[in-house]
Amino acid sequence: MKKLEGRSPGQLMWIRFKRDRTGVVSAYVVAFFFLVGLLAPLISKLYGKDPYTVYADERPELFDSAGVPLQPNGGISSQFWFGLEPGNGYDVFTKLLYGIRTSLMISVCVTIATVLTGILLGVAAGYLGGKPDYFISRVIDFLLAFPAQLFFIASMPVVVSLFVSPTDETPTYVRVVALIAVQWFLGWMSLARILRGTSLALREREFIEAARVSGASPWRIISREILPNVVTPILVQSTYMLPGFVTAEAGLSYLGVGIVEPTPDWGQMFSKASTELVMSNDITYMFFPGVSMIIFIVAFNLLGDSVRDAFDPKTAR
Amino acid sequence: MTEDLVLPAPRDAAPEVSGDPLLVVEGLTKHFPVKGGFPIRRTVGAVQAVDGIDLTVHVGESFGLVGESGCGKSTTGRLITRLLEPSAGKITYSGQDITHASRKQLAPIRSEIQMIFQDPYSSLNPRQTVGKIISGPMEINGIQPAGGREGRVRELLEIVGLNPEHYNRFPHEFSGGQRQRIGVARALALEPKLIVADEPVSALDVSIQAQVVNLLQEVQRELGIAFLFIAHDLAVVRHFSHRVAVMYLGKIIEVGDRDSIYTRPRHPYTHALLSAVPEVNLGDDETVGRERIRLAGDVPSPINPPTGCRFRTRCWKAQDKCATEEPPLIQISGNLAGHLTACHFPEEPTIEARDEDIVLDPALAALEES
Ligand SMILES: Nc1ncnc2c1ncn2[C@@H]1O[C@H](COP(=O)(O)OP(=O)(O)O)[C@@H](O)[C@H]1O
Ligand code: SF4
Ligand SMILES: [Mg+2]
Repeated sequence: MKKLEGRSPGQLMWIRFKRDRTGVVSAYVVAFFFLVGLLAPLISKLYGKDPYTVYADERPELFDSAGVPLQPNGGISSQFWFGLEPGNGYDVFTKLLYGIRTSLMISVCVTIATVLTGILLGVAAGYLGGKPDYFISRVIDFLLAFPAQLFFIASMPVVVSLFVSPTDETPTYVRVVALIAVQWFLGWMSLARILRGTSLALREREFIEAARVSGASPWRIISREILPNVVTPILVQSTYMLPGFVTAEAGLSYLGVGIVEPTPDWGQMFSKASTELVMSNDITYMFFPGVSMIIFIVAFNLLGDSVRDAFDPKTAR
Repeated sequence: MTEDLVLPAPRDAAPEVSGDPLLVVEGLTKHFPVKGGFPIRRTVGAVQAVDGIDLTVHVGESFGLVGESGCGKSTTGRLITRLLEPSAGKITYSGQDITHASRKQLAPIRSEIQMIFQDPYSSLNPRQTVGKIISGPMEINGIQPAGGREGRVRELLEIVGLNPEHYNRFPHEFSGGQRQRIGVARALALEPKLIVADEPVSALDVSIQAQVVNLLQEVQRELGIAFLFIAHDLAVVRHFSHRVAVMYLGKIIEVGDRDSIYTRPRHPYTHALLSAVPEVNLGDDETVGRERIRLAGDVPSPINPPTGCRFRTRCWKAQDKCATEEPPLIQISGNLAGHLTACHFPEEPTIEARDEDIVLDPALAALEES
């Protein structure tokens, strides 16, 4: 006999998603990058190198007097798979692994922070209504009017100086925290606004009233009745936000206000690639971080589209 | 819409209602503030959704509340279930004043007053299984039935005519009528003494309406639950209610037992509503030539209701007195005991055809002639 087990909306979404070839392939690509980031130390160990070794000192025979790798294509060889970085001569392969790790770690932290803030303020505004809603909505409007890129660039040094005096060397973790903080500060509003709208609509639904008639506490209503119904916009929105944070972080590091040498970072590798020395001598250096980031961002955006379509088949193109 | 509504003939074996009042509502009022103005929003008026109504529902009684859409029926239901805070008046349940009781104070009686909602698509959480939905109220109130919550849910599903094996299904797998049955099961889960049913069938297909009404009627009779049954026409509540109140623009304008309202109505508005009920079989023997009244025009705005009698803008008997003096809801001469009417110039207590149809709107009248 057929078991009378119902399919939840989530299961239906999963079934629809699995039918979407683009979505599944993108998901594998994205998962591959996260795996690479996660396993960077392990892979480096097997590969036998690390991103901090200055090969210009260790193996001077591989470089010319300017510090440019002697072998063609940026010194790509069976030993240095992605070549060597002009100047200090870091190993590009491990540097990219660790760079992906740093970038994804920061972006995931920003996403988690913004999603939590978005849920908290968005659901509060929508569910409570009245004064809290008015106040939160005005804050959202105000922050949305900020020019984000400019704000990031201008505020990074300010935030960093909150932690360390300008004369001291800035520890990496302070830069990481500052990067997360400034992106979080201007990152949560779009999700909060969406969740506010959803909660506002949900509040009018009769199943919320049914729960209240039974005496449910506000906490129970939010956690059991509202939150399960806003999972969809949260998931869709965060798959759109994360690649945005990756590029923003890369942009900041490229501009020199994010992660700096010698900490490996995806974006900071672009900054390196654009220096005079690398630009004029070793154009291949740009290839690996560039191509990998393009693949990552495109795959993630396609994934976002597929997730949205799977959740909401009506808007599918 | 209700043309095909087939309801069983009233079973006169309806259990006698004990005389004890369960719910007493006095002068209940709800005014929703209307905000306006720029840049500073302030209260510029009030929607007088419910304006001083009195009603009593006795233990085990089914009470019908009828009126056009927008007259304040849902607001009344939500005030009684304390989803809304009354602006004025008093709600007494089982002798206990619950007008402004907080959630904590209401806790002991929460299980006794339940609600069935109008829209079967919005009244069930799409993310919860039927089992979760129906056991939710038991969980909230910490009730642990003898056979376990799951056993109780299966039992309830059976009572409302659903397959108990559908325990793990989600609402989107059910039809409107089935969803409404789930809503009924949820309301029954706490073994309530009073159920407020806010137009429980008006969102359903006509063919399904009768089934759900029959289910409610069975539940009402067999479990002895008092019902406040809200409807927008008199057809649906006819066989269901011991007593019926007719609402217009936030006021009760006529109330009485079923027979008084359906066969001896006095208020012109009740006459109009009854004439709109298609094919109400008036008892089994008499097929009377029915009166026909077309109510023209819209219901006036509850923000600025007419002075005096609120029905006067659409009433064919209105006179000067109706504009200046609000008619009290009283037992006017010719009414049986318990039959109250708020009208200065009531109609004859009959629903037989008049010499002439009353068609108020000139445009409508022209249409009738051609
Ligand atoms: N939350 C609210 N805020 C403002 N006005 C409301 C609100 N709820 C209902 N109303 C108004 O109160 C009146 C009565 O509404 P309601 O009780 O829903 O009528 P019914 O159920 O009889 O159709 C309507 O004019 C409606 O617009
Ligand atoms: S009081 Fe006057 S206006 Fe109101 S219903 Fe009676 S006759 Fe009509
Ligand atoms: Mg209503």
